[in-house]
Amino acid sequence: MKILVCIKQVPGTNKVEVDPVTGVLKRNGVESKMNPYDLYAIETALRIKEKMGGSITAVTMGPPQSAAVIREAFSMGVDYGALISDRKFGGADVLATSYTISQGIKLLGEFDLILCGKQTTDGDTAQVGPEISEYLNIPCVSNVSTIVEVQKDSMTVEMDMTTDVEVVKIKFPCLLSVDKDIFMPRLPSYIKKQATKEREIKVITLNDLEDKDEKHYGLNGSPTQVERIFPPDTNTHQEIWSGTSMELANQLYKKLRELKFV
Amino acid sequence: MSYKRLDKEDINDIKSIINDPERVLYGSEISEDYSHDELGDIESYPDVVVKVASTEEVSKIMKYAYDNNIPVTPRGSGTGLVGSSVPIEHGIMMDMTLMNRILELDESNLIVTVEPGVLLMELAAYVEERDLFYPPDPGEKSATIGGNISTNAGGMRAVKYGVTRDYVRGLEVVLPDGRVVEFGGKVVKNSSGYAMKDLMVGSEGTLGIITKAILKLLPLPKKAISLLIPFPSLEKAIGTVPLIIKSKSIPTAIEFMQREVIMDAEKYLGKKFPDNSADAYLLLKFDGNSTEEIESAYDSVAKICLEQGAIDILISDTTEREESIWKARGAFLEAIKGSTTYMDEVDVVVPRSSVNEMVEYIHNLYKEINIRIKSFGHAGDGNLHAYILKDDLSDEEWERRMKAAMDKIYAKARELNGQVSGEHGIGYAKKPYFMEAMDPAVVEIMKGIKRVFDPKNILNPHKIWQ
Repeated sequence: MKILVCIKQVPGTNKVEVDPVTGVLKRNGVESKMNPYDLYAIETALRIKEKMGGSITAVTMGPPQSAAVIREAFSMGVDYGALISDRKFGGADVLATSYTISQGIKLLGEFDLILCGKQTTDGDTAQVGPEISEYLNIPCVSNVSTIVEVQKDSMTVEMDMTTDVEVVKIKFPCLLSVDKDIFMPRLPSYIKKQATKEREIKVITLNDLEDKDEKHYGLNGSPTQVERIFPPDTNTHQEIWSGTSMELANQLYKKLRELKFV
Repeated sequence: MSYKRLDKEDINDIKSIINDPERVLYGSEISEDYSHDELGDIESYPDVVVKVASTEEVSKIMKYAYDNNIPVTPRGSGTGLVGSSVPIEHGIMMDMTLMNRILELDESNLIVTVEPGVLLMELAAYVEERDLFYPPDPGEKSATIGGNISTNAGGMRAVKYGVTRDYVRGLEVVLPDGRVVEFGGKVVKNSSGYAMKDLMVGSEGTLGIITKAILKLLPLPKKAISLLIPFPSLEKAIGTVPLIIKSKSIPTAIEFMQREVIMDAEKYLGKKFPDNSADAYLLLKFDGNSTEEIESAYDSVAKICLEQGAIDILISDTTEREESIWKARGAFLEAIKGSTTYMDEVDVVVPRSSVNEMVEYIHNLYKEINIRIKSFGHAGDGNLHAYILKDDLSDEEWERRMKAAMDKIYAKARELNGQVSGEHGIGYAKKPYFMEAMDPAVVEIMKGIKRVFDPKNILNPHKIWQ
């Protein structure tokens, strides 16, 4: 069974600041890490491989330093890795990103199963996975919370629809985006890290792709224009009251009346 | 010595001192919680609970108790494990949890001044938000700082950073007769007479009531990486510890754990641990200012572990991974508690070079005595926690086997030049073992110190010695 996992490098903390002048995320000096949801996708791939055999390839798109997440995937047990990287891919929105990755995947060969994390912790759109499946013309199930069964030519999964759970049987090839806690992701192994230090990461640039038209990639290929990024207002107003519980209860009631909540 | 049992008049007097009826509890208002601590088998109700809110109140209550010969027991969150906060002679219980303000952060002296009821987790969060660091890190994060100081709590970072005592610079203390004194202060060095604040640290509420603590802080290390190291057996895991210490690359923590405890924690938290395939694990934590710095620090340790037969070395380098490991580690005690009907604990400490011998001894004891014993602990500082579990044993059989196990463990610790308690204290529960282990001349000096502080023996009587 051939499995592909799509992963992404994201900022290491959620405390990333926005430059108030340019509206751009201040990424300088911020440590990066693998998108936490992607760890669940990798773990899912590893569990399926342990049962069914085959190989796992991890692919990421980003600047050269994002190869670090591929190295991390190797140290968790992933077999092959590819980095889709070209200056011309910069500034891509979800649509251009999905298109670029789907072009890269075509180059990497045929896969029975493509796994993505449900969403990333920086963009949070949860759209790239399903859009890749559209470009590859394969079926997709998102928010997968449980793998019920894996057969030779298909698998049965549970999809979390918030208010109810849908059980879906889906034929290979297909794409799944997996939810948090589907499995507890294993930790990277020092032994595997040492052993895969020199393992090749295939780099894919615009020139390697089937569609070489620059207008389809990066900022040019993105219908979404970001006008402004800003941290949302937070309400930190606090009042501290003191008194006996009777007095406090009365005061609270008065306040709620004042605000017309009661 | 007989004490005055509180009467209606005393309650009224206390109420007039506190002047807030909601903070003076008596009779049926006293919840069952106040009659015991975390371990629960030592039970005794106070006559009155006073939820004090200021040093002045503590002083006035203390003076009243002194004048009327009423015993007083201070209490924080009640998370102790040896019955230190149980009011054996009833009397007044001084609940310190409302004195929970962080009074001052002095960044130019790297010092924070707090009231004793501040919780460890509150203090940690407060200083870390400001890129500062309070290193003592006992598993029970809802303990109060006052309680931590009273037992000289250690915790998981002791290997590199030391224990609570190393971070207490000064204390405000109310003496048993109500006088308020200050021991130590904001100074870094201090050679001015006896080290009174050090005497207070670990005195388990027997010498005075701490009403303010001046604590030393460090700059917050920017990054921490943990290594979870599976071994095929406990012997192999624990045998590696002395070699790690000898390697001079100092982790902040060296913990050992066995699969059963991990599985209990998984069940307790309803959350999977990142690995449970091996029989035994070492858990090491390294901190520093960059990933590269830490990686070069742990590389030699990783090699030592592999040479000693480690199955692998698993790297935890993100907040999510750290949480998945250390949350479980923090829940071990509760998880073990949940796995049995009743338990008792030992908290022995031995020189670090003997830690493997002690662990193996405890590990093999269950066969000899036929009782379930679970252990985990701070292998790197020689402090071991072993929990003896009652399960389905009859009370009689439990008493017999538990005592036998305890006697053997404490005897072995003595043989290895260890001490009765590494961080939980002696309290009420460990008195016999303490008396057995201590030089009578030393106990006499301790008793003399107690008499000077508390001539009427009204403060937390029946604790530490017999």
